[in-house]
Amino acid sequence: MTTPLLEVRGLKMHFPITEGVIARRRLGEVKAVDGVDLTIGKGETLGLVGESGCGKTTMGRCILRLETPTGGEIRYNGVDVAKLSRKDLMALRRRIQVIFQDPYSSLNPRMKIGTILSEPMKVHGIVPDSRKRADRVRELLTLCGLNPGFADRYPHEMSGGQRQRVGIARALALEPEFIVCDEAVSALDVSIQAQIINLLEDLREQFNLTYLFIAHDLSVVRHLCQRVAVMYLGRVVELASCDEVFENPQHPYTKALLAAVPVPDPSVEAGRLVQPLSGEVPSPINPPPGCVFHPRCPIAVEECKRERPEPREIRPGHWAACSQIA
Amino acid sequence: MPLLEVKNLCTEFRTGAGVVHAVDGISYTVEPGETVAIVGESGSGKSVGALSLLRLIPNPPGRIVAGEVIFGGRNLLTLSNDAMRQVRGGDIGMVFQEPMTSLNPVLTIGRQITETLEQHRGADRAECDRRANELLRFVGISDAGRRLKQYPHQLSGGMRQRVMIAIALACDPKLIIADEPTTALDVTIQAQILELMQRLTHQLGVALIIITHNLGVVARYADRVNVMYAGRIVETGRAADIYHNPQHPYTMALLRSVPRLDRPRQARLDPIEGQPPDLTRLDGGCSFRARCRFAVEACAAARPALVASGAEGQSAACWRSGDLAPESEPGRAA
Repeated sequence: MTTPLLEVRGLKMHFPITEGVIARRRLGEVKAVDGVDLTIGKGETLGLVGESGCGKTTMGRCILRLETPTGGEIRYNGVDVAKLSRKDLMALRRRIQVIFQDPYSSLNPRMKIGTILSEPMKVHGIVPDSRKRADRVRELLTLCGLNPGFADRYPHEMSGGQRQRVGIARALALEPEFIVCDEAVSALDVSIQAQIINLLEDLREQFNLTYLFIAHDLSVVRHLCQRVAVMYLGRVVELASCDEVFENPQHPYTKALLAAVPVPDPSVEAGRLVQPLSGEVPSPINPPPGCVFHPRCPIAVEECKRERPEPREIRPGHWAACSQIA
Repeated sequence: MPLLEVKNLCTEFRTGAGVVHAVDGISYTVEPGETVAIVGESGSGKSVGALSLLRLIPNPPGRIVAGEVIFGGRNLLTLSNDAMRQVRGGDIGMVFQEPMTSLNPVLTIGRQITETLEQHRGADRAECDRRANELLRFVGISDAGRRLKQYPHQLSGGMRQRVMIAIALACDPKLIIADEPTTALDVTIQAQILELMQRLTHQLGVALIIITHNLGVVARYADRVNVMYAGRIVETGRAADIYHNPQHPYTMALLRSVPRLDRPRQARLDPIEGQPPDLTRLDGGCSFRARCRFAVEACAAARPALVASGAEGQSAACWRSGDLAPESEPGRAA
């Protein structure tokens, strides 16, 4: 395997739930991320999938240090991100960038596209010359498949797909090596989604980028990623190469997730019996004891209610957190 | 006789930028007990078309400018407002995308179900409560007695959508219109809700119009499909025919652009290049031609109408649909 660019060990992000304005009382905590281990190699794309509330976005935010984790460590090139000073954090942010889900709310409506793209360069003091910056903006726009003339437009003058291209151009402005794509194609129509996925792939190749691709659409993840981590209620329940997860899923949750996706082919669907997973995702405030998946699990036994299964390497490179897998 | 017949429906919105022809002359039918899917991307007019059936288009800026909607022998577009209110939630039930915003946050679940029953059935209190309880159990909500006293915010998204379905079913409708019923939900919950809707509509013989952009959902649940693009139906037919032998270049391109879990991984996706057209500036030609691989000069001259093409009951609005075998398509991956 390639040397890990990012190494996450026992990551925990617990948000406190408080009551009262003056005398703050702590009522409990939301265990958004509760002990996650993973690594991402240079040039690799790791997919992070799961349903809403499973902690995948919080994971991404911790890696970007937009949240300060409450436990565990995140090592980027061997350096613990959580312990960085302001100045070192600034330097880190040049190398780690993010593309957000919603192309409508992630661009400042009062800024022209040119300003949006040149701001990160200004903040980080690269390309100090304003004329050169304008050149660089045009270059970035072209790179992302937009007309360089868009630099003078405002976000509202553009479609969702075009805005997402601006979001990607902004992430590239600082020539990062690692990009967190948080549901970067989820808000787009299918025909546009394919354009953006192709763009992300082209850029990955051209700049040797590493992606953490957070998404809930399994078919997109399968297309784009080399390895996949499946999260449920703040934990990674399965982690393996893309082919392994999709061809040979081991964890009952992964199996259920894959079975729930209808395929765009009526003849395949006509012969497919779907037994949807019963129940709903429990609250991360008070997660069930033992295996967090046991209340919905079709193969749960008594033991699952008591003991929390740790991820085991079932075969080389294929990890799953389930005591019932042989 | 079809349950619902839509003829040349046109809905437009007057905006600062000009008149948006959101729905531009669509015609289709729905047979009793059948599930018809309306697929298309944002702005294709699929939601506006469905809301127009129930006259739920805010006016101004919207206006239904032409067409007929024949349901149960009556044209819904010429009914009085009172008569229309009896149809909505009575013979035609509705399920919307966002269950949080379509339920009233200050009324209990029970009240929202019984309100429908009182309005349409004039049933008394005890009868309403009994029916509400029965409906909740019917849509798979356990502990119905307690749930009826709760407010929407106390329920999860999937649970709220079940309540919406219960309300839609309350007055034994003949047709349910579901506008992106599972788009806001997670995949495992989406599967629960769709399987539930399919089971209930089959069991009760209710016809369903399901509006979605998810091609997988359409493949699994629809009997027939209308594909919309820029306010028009560009292809219609049985689901199996549309998927296996699409006749319109847009349908072909749409099916090809999605990555699929049931096929080997492709090296590269095949997107539809370009953007959907600006609906205020449609010209006389085919609105897909700018993005179409097969466009010829004739496509700019006049807009094609739906004509029979492919299997029985299948038709496409394309000047070239006759001579487009998908195999002959340029750049098609085998």
